[in-house]
Amino acid sequence: MLSYILKRILSLIPVLFVVSCVVFLVVYIIPGGPATALLGLEATPDQIEALNTELGFNRPFFVQYADWFVNVLKGDWGTSYFLHQSVLEAIGEYFLPTLSLAVLAQIFALILSVPLGILAAYRRGTALDVTAVSVSLVGAALPGFLLSMFLMLLFGVHLQIFPVAGYAGLEEGLAEHLRYLFLPALSLGIVQAAYLTRMTRSSLLEVLYKNFIQTARAKGIKESKVVLKYALKNGAPVILTAVGQSFGSLIAGTIVTETLFNIPGLGMLTLTSINRRDVFVIQGVVLFITLLYVLVNLAVDILYGFVDPRLRPGRK
Amino acid sequence: MMQENKKEIESMQDPILEIRNLRVLFPVHKKWLPAVDGVDLTIQPGEITGIVGESGSGKSVMSQSVLRLRDHDTAVRYEGEILFEKENLLKWSLKQMRNIRGNRISVIFQDPLNSLSPVHTVESQLMEVLILHKKISKEEAKKKSVQMLKMIGIPNPENCMKKYPFELSGGMQQRVMIAIALACEPKLLIADEPTTALDVTIQEQILYLIQDLNKKLGMSILFITHDLGAVSNLCHSVKVMYLGQIVEDAKTEELFTHPLHPYTKGLLACIPHLAVERRKELPTIPGSVPSLSHIPEGCHFCTRCHEADERCRKMPPPVVEATPGHTVKCWKYAEGGKKNEVGV
Repeated sequence: MLSYILKRILSLIPVLFVVSCVVFLVVYIIPGGPATALLGLEATPDQIEALNTELGFNRPFFVQYADWFVNVLKGDWGTSYFLHQSVLEAIGEYFLPTLSLAVLAQIFALILSVPLGILAAYRRGTALDVTAVSVSLVGAALPGFLLSMFLMLLFGVHLQIFPVAGYAGLEEGLAEHLRYLFLPALSLGIVQAAYLTRMTRSSLLEVLYKNFIQTARAKGIKESKVVLKYALKNGAPVILTAVGQSFGSLIAGTIVTETLFNIPGLGMLTLTSINRRDVFVIQGVVLFITLLYVLVNLAVDILYGFVDPRLRPGRK
Repeated sequence: MMQENKKEIESMQDPILEIRNLRVLFPVHKKWLPAVDGVDLTIQPGEITGIVGESGSGKSVMSQSVLRLRDHDTAVRYEGEILFEKENLLKWSLKQMRNIRGNRISVIFQDPLNSLSPVHTVESQLMEVLILHKKISKEEAKKKSVQMLKMIGIPNPENCMKKYPFELSGGMQQRVMIAIALACEPKLLIADEPTTALDVTIQEQILYLIQDLNKKLGMSILFITHDLGAVSNLCHSVKVMYLGQIVEDAKTEELFTHPLHPYTKGLLACIPHLAVERRKELPTIPGSVPSLSHIPEGCHFCTRCHEADERCRKMPPPVVEATPGHTVKCWKYAEGGKKNEVGV
């Protein structure tokens, strides 16, 4: 098992290499650079040129890339020109709100989707199933920002249960922390729930027609146990994969939500850094998110082994 | 001698299972079509009854109806009666059915690998029935499970308990299925083509095991198959099914020596014999089983029967008792039929 995890981690290196290369190239290609942003609109081309040379942005692409890459491997991800701190420090600071938000949103998504998906599959073709499918279709088609605004309007403005926007760190107490995160997490969670409901439903539908379900019924087992013990565990790999993907996209894709709710997370950091052409931060954040994404997938792969013994490494 | 006679009389009085004029209908294109169409069947205690027929003859649907397993998946309508120890199971709620399933009536299915949950251990799947129906503790269930596996001929049963189905061979998987089915000592075992998915050598072992368990535990068996060889070795009596109806019913030896229905004759002719000249083509029954929506009006078999005449195509044939205990559903043997052929 340990060697399997080690092997998987080693195989991440090429992925990260390719991603870092692409990110670096994209940032290199986009017009404007940190010099322009640092010096402001009135800067002359000569001044910009001079600063670029000083910062090393006039060197050939591969030299710059190799330089950055070697430093990243050494643990030095560069320094932000605007935040006056190292990229890793900045990521550490901005990651916590994003992680909190993603975890809460995932919890909302799971609470909403898994029971609904199971029920829809079990009562396929009934009004409940049709409703669940249509609602999840609407949920998937609904733009996240629109949903966020509805929720703000309803819970923040009219009912005034939750704050419209803003963020409270954990140091201000868990209750306060959750109160501020509730609406953005719900908004993200609903969109993810739409996807997860359909995945849960379809994976369970497939399993419910399998022979071992008939065997379970022939044993005299209660329907609830047939579904929860046999169908759900056999359908779990598909649901797990979907949850992994959904969690990955929650971490990587919160830019709009964080901006709308004014949460100082990775999404907001990315957006401001792009606007300021703060290249090392952009590269750092993208690399970090890629790393997380890949690690989440690795975690999912390892969890497969727990739900399905056939996928356990080392088993024949 | 006396005892045997007495036993016979007793068993004649109290059949384990009695199916009366059973029809099982499924909705196809907004019409209810019968997959089982008027089946009568009686199983005595300890008896092994064979049901033979091609795919699509309704034999599996009929056997599943006994446990009402189809009720969960599709809309289904039953007519007639299924009496298990004199109780009409068709009148029962599914909750009541659950007390019988796996407890007093058990099933083993065709494909053991797919019939066992791939992500649960043998232990978990076997102990479950015991805990559920016998209301015993985990430890007792474990002990009983190991005993079951030992009886069923699994070497090193303690080790097997911890294994997952995919780690066992096909024969071992089917043995585990049988252990699960027999754990609660059912009165009736429904074996739905239990050997079809297995190697020929393993088939033999499983058949022998079933026969052995029948003698040891004394449960009745409803043995569904299309393997006539298996039937001849195992079953006390045989029912031949075609398109939802039993077309011939007799004691095994009688059926094999004096088949009456053209369909039975056809099936028997299809068995390859080693003695038959190699290059000679095997006889087959022409055509294939029609679908439910194309059941012929008169005798169901008339489209494929080379002896069918006008009457066969127009009117459903009656059930005729040709010799005592040997019934056949065919115009040929009805009064006014070609009487001279009866008993040939």
